[in-house]
Amino acid sequence: MGVTMNFQKRLLRAEPNFRILAKLWQVNWLYVLLICVLAGVGYGALYSAAGGSAHPFAEPQTIRFAFGLVMMLCVALTSPRVLVRLAWPLYGLSILLLVAVLRMGHVGKGAERWLIVGGMQIQPSELAKIALVLALASWFHRIGYRRMANPIYLLPPALMVLLPVGLVLKEPNLGTAVIIGTVGATIFFAAGMRLWQIVLLIAPVPFLARFAYAHLHDYQKARITTFLHPEGDPLGAGYNIIQSKIALGSGGMWGQGYLHGTQGQLNFLPEKQTDFIFTMIAEEWGYVGGIAVIGLLMTMVLGGMLIAMRSRNQFGRLLGLGIATNFFLYCAVNLSMVMGTIPVGGVPLPLISYGGSAMLTVMFGFGLLLSAWVHRNSRFGEAAPDEA
Amino acid sequence: MIRRRKKTVPRLMSRPDTGNPSRAVFTRRALVVLGAQMAALGALGHRLYGLQVLDGEHYARLAENNRVSRRLIAPPRGRVVDRFGIALASNKVNWRALLLPEETSDIAGTLDRFSTLVPIEARDRARIEREMRHKRRFIPIMLRDFLSWDDMARIELNAPSLPGVLIDVGTTRNYPFGPLLAHVVGYVAPPGEKDVVRDATMALPGMRIGRAGIEQTQDDLLRGQVGAVEIEVNAVGRVMAELSRDEGRAGDEIALTIDSGLQQAVLGRIADQSASAVVMDCRNGEVLAMVSNPSFDPSLFDSGVSQAQWIDWTNNERTPLINKAVAGVYPPGSTFKPAVAMAAMQAGTLAPTDRIFCPGYLDVGGTRFHCWSRYGHGSLTLKDALKFSCDVFFYEVARRTGMEAIAAASHAFGLGTHLDIELPHTRAGLIPTPAWQRARGQHWNGGDTIVSGIGQGAVQVTPLQLATYVSRIATGRAVQPHLIRSTGGKLAEGTDPAHWAALDMPDAFLTHLRTGMFAVVNEEHGSAPKARLDIPGVQMAGKTGSAQVRRVSRALRESGHFDSSALPWEYRPHALFICFAPYDAPRYAAAVVVEHGNAGAAVAAPLARDIMTDTLTRDPANRKEPPGQVVAEVD
Repeated sequence: MGVTMNFQKRLLRAEPNFRILAKLWQVNWLYVLLICVLAGVGYGALYSAAGGSAHPFAEPQTIRFAFGLVMMLCVALTSPRVLVRLAWPLYGLSILLLVAVLRMGHVGKGAERWLIVGGMQIQPSELAKIALVLALASWFHRIGYRRMANPIYLLPPALMVLLPVGLVLKEPNLGTAVIIGTVGATIFFAAGMRLWQIVLLIAPVPFLARFAYAHLHDYQKARITTFLHPEGDPLGAGYNIIQSKIALGSGGMWGQGYLHGTQGQLNFLPEKQTDFIFTMIAEEWGYVGGIAVIGLLMTMVLGGMLIAMRSRNQFGRLLGLGIATNFFLYCAVNLSMVMGTIPVGGVPLPLISYGGSAMLTVMFGFGLLLSAWVHRNSRFGEAAPDEA
Repeated sequence: MIRRRKKTVPRLMSRPDTGNPSRAVFTRRALVVLGAQMAALGALGHRLYGLQVLDGEHYARLAENNRVSRRLIAPPRGRVVDRFGIALASNKVNWRALLLPEETSDIAGTLDRFSTLVPIEARDRARIEREMRHKRRFIPIMLRDFLSWDDMARIELNAPSLPGVLIDVGTTRNYPFGPLLAHVVGYVAPPGEKDVVRDATMALPGMRIGRAGIEQTQDDLLRGQVGAVEIEVNAVGRVMAELSRDEGRAGDEIALTIDSGLQQAVLGRIADQSASAVVMDCRNGEVLAMVSNPSFDPSLFDSGVSQAQWIDWTNNERTPLINKAVAGVYPPGSTFKPAVAMAAMQAGTLAPTDRIFCPGYLDVGGTRFHCWSRYGHGSLTLKDALKFSCDVFFYEVARRTGMEAIAAASHAFGLGTHLDIELPHTRAGLIPTPAWQRARGQHWNGGDTIVSGIGQGAVQVTPLQLATYVSRIATGRAVQPHLIRSTGGKLAEGTDPAHWAALDMPDAFLTHLRTGMFAVVNEEHGSAPKARLDIPGVQMAGKTGSAQVRRVSRALRESGHFDSSALPWEYRPHALFICFAPYDAPRYAAAVVVEHGNAGAAVAAPLARDIMTDTLTRDPANRKEPPGQVVAEVD
């Protein structure tokens, strides 16, 4: 491409001469504080999930969080020019891992797939979400708003979305595939996809959905069926939903009291330290506690979106939006799941649920978001027609 | 183009770059996205309100059901003890090895290592694998029960290499005397499906149901009352805490009238004969010993009897599973003669001084009935007739008296009646009458009365009836035999002789029977000299009986070469003896029936003498320890 030379020059010039400390000062500490508060809620919940003990959940999770916090700050200080360059290798790596997990991954509960690298479980689909956001943001950043009118420029990013979606579907993990697809679609939308393009794209969706349902796995169909009629199979597939509703209901307005939630403490609640942690919080702290957590999550999403809007470069904007949307989808899917609004699928509540892989990818994502904030005023490598 | 700000002012929103379409479009669309996101989370908050506050009560109720689980606990089964408090049936601690599948990752390996320490039979191994497939992983599976101390030590020592294996204690029924009292005490077995349908608590693990003997008839008392525990459980049924506990009520302890020491002595006398013996306190009907030989091991029923064992028992002609004392019916033979005499005296057809001539036979209606003595006994009074056990005398008496009167007297003595003893499957036997014969659609012949007069024909009685009969002759009281002395520490009715009413028979008549029976044993030429006691100052009265089980043809009898001991075992006559002692102050009564023992005088009489000797020497007055005191705990 002819712009390459120009692009590199601009990159070099665009780098502000900040020192590390000065840059650190630029970090949005208010947002970091929010993150820490949410992690604190997670610590309390995990302490209760273990029956009033830091073991075996809360303490390892805190260590991971501390590690994640350092990683987040490192990413936050990284220049977007470096991130743009990292986007493609990272995307390639995530695709490779998705292929690897299909070939030799471990399968758990018919849904999640992970690889074990150096004793740690890695869920490539988690990494794929972040890598896709980075890749799409850098693509649209480079293409610019004007060229998006030409569908040719939309084809490569569309493939970039469809490739991981297809691989994750094959795992088969419907929930994560939907999240990846939705994150991708939101970025397309926010990047400035034309309305006629959107209409053209949405029109065939009902037919596709029909086709997709026919190709769903039996257990995935069962999830949809039990979601519609959970009481039909109270000890089988509907068990989780019913128990979760019972636990939420028994929390009432003010809750059963910390460490005194009967359903959670008595293990009626399935997977209370991972997917159903919100149920446990809402049982022990009641509606008041539950709505407080939802409010906190809303603030996080809102803050993320505002950070995105504050950026003066398209890369930062799309990156911020992608990360915030990803976080939002995690929360919304998890909450809907525990409240029996959508079929159950192994989606954790970010920062609160127990689990290393999700925690690290979420913190990495927040690092990217903060980087967009720190470098919100840098203008680099945007497409040539973007002159005002 | 490049802007630098040394100091950024943290503003929520910077001025939109109006000239930048990319940013303007982004901001608009991001606001749309943000709006949708906030709306979605808001909707979830609303839904949470619905679940927690509006429907909260409904779900709270469900939560309570989720949490509390009632569990029933099996009460300890009451013990059965003998009259001195020695345990006849108790509960034995049973050490079992269990496997908790969820605690081991390598079940097959654990089983293999376990079986090198304590062998597991192939049958058990198949059962374990079957249970493993059907049970949830937190429900323990029984590997082996009745572990010995050594087995346990080996398992404990190797515990690190046996993950998931735990040792647990349960109880099983223990019968310290084994076969000795199997017929009296009975046995327990796991409840069947019907029992569970009738009483749901029977489904509890560890519950047993009495299937024979006292265990069966007193099952309700022995079983006690099921307790209940309310426990807080978690979703997988694991117990987290106990909320309330009702221990239930342990089963009552039942003390029998049996003297286990005497029982043992009696069995020792019987040795390997197929026989039954009952020893009673004739003053109050307490059964001191009730032996039915051969017997069986009552503990086999708890774990399930093997097919081979069952076939072995049921095919055995000596019927080990049947309590011969209450369910074995035999023709009483000559032991019936006192009852016939009583009937005749009461009917007025025989005065004690009446003489009847015995030529060795009696012709009635063209049929000749033989006396056991070919040459006859000559002229006899009642006393001599009993003493020699003359058949012709009683043929004639029966002919004069008629079967109705004989049956009435027999019933008054307890013969051919259902005695109210605390055992299942008792038989009434039979005193045949013309009415009974008519009911069967057959004609009663005069000869039937003649044959019944010496306790043959259709007359059938049980050894317990014989013992009751001789008790009533000895004391003149209508004593009922019974096996239970006290229940839960409360003394049962009937332990005092005064509880029993006098028989509706003149004492003089009874005295004639007693003197006749005294003569049988103690006078010169009495029919049972072998029954004479070897205890100074104590004498015994008795009556022999040899009951044919098939008709002896006249040709055979007249050939003079008839020898019943040459017959096959099952065709030989039964040997019977009834007795009481001491003669002058009757205290104990006994009845002995040796199946196909051939002759009452030669086989049953000496056996009865030995049994009575044991009984008398074990008399509480002769015992070192005071009666009723708890002597020893067996378990």
